[in-house]
Amino acid sequence: MDRSPSVNIRPYGDTKNDGKIQISFTLPLKNDALGEEAAKALAAKMGVPDAHVTHRKSLDEQYTFYILYGTLTHVVDPSTLHVPLATEAAMTKEEVEAFIAGHFQEEIVFIGASTGTDAHTVGIDAIMNMKGYAGHYGLERYSGVRAINLGSQVDNERLLEEALKHEADVILISQTVTQKNIHIQNLTAFIELLEAEGRRDDFLVVVGGARINHALAKELGYDAGFGPKQYAADVASFCVVELHRRGRKTFT
Amino acid sequence: MLKLDSKIVESCREAARVIAEDVQKTIDAHTTDTIERTILRLLGVDGADAFDVPLVNVVIDHIKEKGDLSKGVVHYLANAVAETGATPKALALAIAEGDVDLTRYDAPEKVDASLLDDAMAPMLQTIKKQRLKRLSALKDKTASAPEKYVIVATGNIHEDIEQAISAVALGADIIAVIRTTGQSLLDYVPEGLTREGFGGTYATQDNIRLMRQALDDAGKEAGRYVKLVNYASGLCMPEIAAIGALERLDMMLNDSLYGIIFRDINMKRTFIDQYFSRVISAYADITINTGEDNYLTTADAFDEAHTVTASQFINEQFAAKAHMDRRLMGLGHAYEIDPEKENSFLYEYAQALLARTVFPDAPLKYMPPTKYMSGDIFKGVAQNTLFNIATVATGQKIHLLGMLTEAIHTPFMSDRAIALENADYVERAFRGFQDAFILNPDGLIVERAKEVLAEAESLLHTIKAEGMFAAIAKGRFANVSRTLAQGKGLSGVTPKHAVYQNPVMDAMLTTLKEENDG
Repeated sequence: MDRSPSVNIRPYGDTKNDGKIQISFTLPLKNDALGEEAAKALAAKMGVPDAHVTHRKSLDEQYTFYILYGTLTHVVDPSTLHVPLATEAAMTKEEVEAFIAGHFQEEIVFIGASTGTDAHTVGIDAIMNMKGYAGHYGLERYSGVRAINLGSQVDNERLLEEALKHEADVILISQTVTQKNIHIQNLTAFIELLEAEGRRDDFLVVVGGARINHALAKELGYDAGFGPKQYAADVASFCVVELHRRGRKTFT
Repeated sequence: MLKLDSKIVESCREAARVIAEDVQKTIDAHTTDTIERTILRLLGVDGADAFDVPLVNVVIDHIKEKGDLSKGVVHYLANAVAETGATPKALALAIAEGDVDLTRYDAPEKVDASLLDDAMAPMLQTIKKQRLKRLSALKDKTASAPEKYVIVATGNIHEDIEQAISAVALGADIIAVIRTTGQSLLDYVPEGLTREGFGGTYATQDNIRLMRQALDDAGKEAGRYVKLVNYASGLCMPEIAAIGALERLDMMLNDSLYGIIFRDINMKRTFIDQYFSRVISAYADITINTGEDNYLTTADAFDEAHTVTASQFINEQFAAKAHMDRRLMGLGHAYEIDPEKENSFLYEYAQALLARTVFPDAPLKYMPPTKYMSGDIFKGVAQNTLFNIATVATGQKIHLLGMLTEAIHTPFMSDRAIALENADYVERAFRGFQDAFILNPDGLIVERAKEVLAEAESLLHTIKAEGMFAAIAKGRFANVSRTLAQGKGLSGVTPKHAVYQNPVMDAMLTTLKEENDG
């Protein structure tokens, strides 16, 4: 069977390019035939002109939840897309450790926090703590690395203060759960703070989180961004290579 | 139920009692800014000055600036009320205007605190009325199934109400209004109706009152009483407890260990605050929810399961010190073991059953998976289903429903509906489960429960030997270390002067002791 990507791609249900997709959403409408028609009309505007409402349920008198299946008419050509990644080929933990031993005079200091109002530590803990996440050890366990995890709800000001105090090389910021995109404002504010204090070039500044990717991170003024399914080794690979490129703490 | 060695359970309880007793010495010797503000609230002082500063803050800051807060606000206020004939609120307004200097009423000896009885009596009467209202609304309720608890967290109280009404229509028993995340670190309770919050909504007296009314209305429609939850935690523990008592909240998140570990609040400050907040909740018949479940978001849920059990024993004793009835102690635990682990469900089942067996009268608060929830919402539904089975099959009481979008955003209305439908289904399907099986006494579940209990006993004796403060500094809970001199709110802690009095707490304790002994 030919598995090479065709130029124009549609979602796959059970037959190549059949375009089958599912959609679910809530409308502020009564659970009746008119509401169902509204749901289908929205699906048509999304490019699914033949959507079936397979389920609708009242959430109360004023709101109804819909699940729809249909055929997407849009196509996409992957060869026209480009996804910037922080690291093309990530090293393993052992390779990162060897790279540090071979290229740097001193240990690399990572300082990290979940900033702003975000109370979730799962992301920063996954990258920094000894135990790591899903079998990927955290930075604390890397030789040649000093990892300082400030935890959650850390103000931008305090993060900078601690980074200066510990003479950090890398600042890691985690943003886990968001509401109405508050995380974007907070991430922007940190870069503005660094610039206002004239410290932007003193650190590699890296952001990670469920809704983060490298392109977004670059757009916000960060050196790199990491999203789901990326672990400590991915972050470390980027950082050591970049620090080395910048000649920081390297053998002269 | 499990068959456990009652000697080990007793040994845990005894160690926890000594641990709590030791902390109680620090509690009894101190007051805090928020405790003094709470006294003012329960003497009828509410509202804010022209700059939106709550009047209770205005008065306490005034005493700190001009007098000596170690003597307590009552020391200054009692004679001021007697001499001027003004109410505490009128005096607070005059202080805000700069027209009264409260420290003029300082006295060398203990003042006659009964001079404030006229101000205190109507407030305590309101709390009693609210308590009766709840009790009579719930008296016909036969609570066999776990109570379904969902959160709303839009940041806007009006939107929260829309979401809550939908949740009630779909079967929710308990609605928690999540606070805006920064609020726990505010050393005041904001005023008014609010529309802006991040990850939650400000807990203000007005917001709470509005939601209470909405739930009473929605409950009437649905033919049942709907409980309301907020957070007596952070730097204003007893103030929120007082507001909750006045406005008929039914449950309060209330755990100083949570604040110490996850909000870096000073341990001395928050243990002292927690005590008064628990006395108020006990008096108002408000169920507390403790936060042990959170340890497992940073520490490993399998390796550190015993820290949850140990903390439940300690929280039980802290609540007992506040004369709280066992049926109000909503001790916390959670379903957080890595789903990749083999037999994870059996270990969760063992832990849930252990808590149920050791604390048979407590309305345990059982928290859903959060740490291993991902953007894969379909797997998330499966995880939540297993959690729901553990909840129903082991007879938990407060069932905090998991949201399929836990790792993505604060819940959409439809996320909550899917969760309620799932819980309903599991509840129906597993109703008779507990009675249908006898656990294999040599099987994995029983073995695991015994192992966790034994580890908890060992940890409790270690903490008893080193003391609670040292144990926290050693990172024994959640692998996070906090020290006595660190953390927010320490500057608001004052040793009590010889003339110090808290007649509000005294009155509540007198009633609670009479009730417990009678």
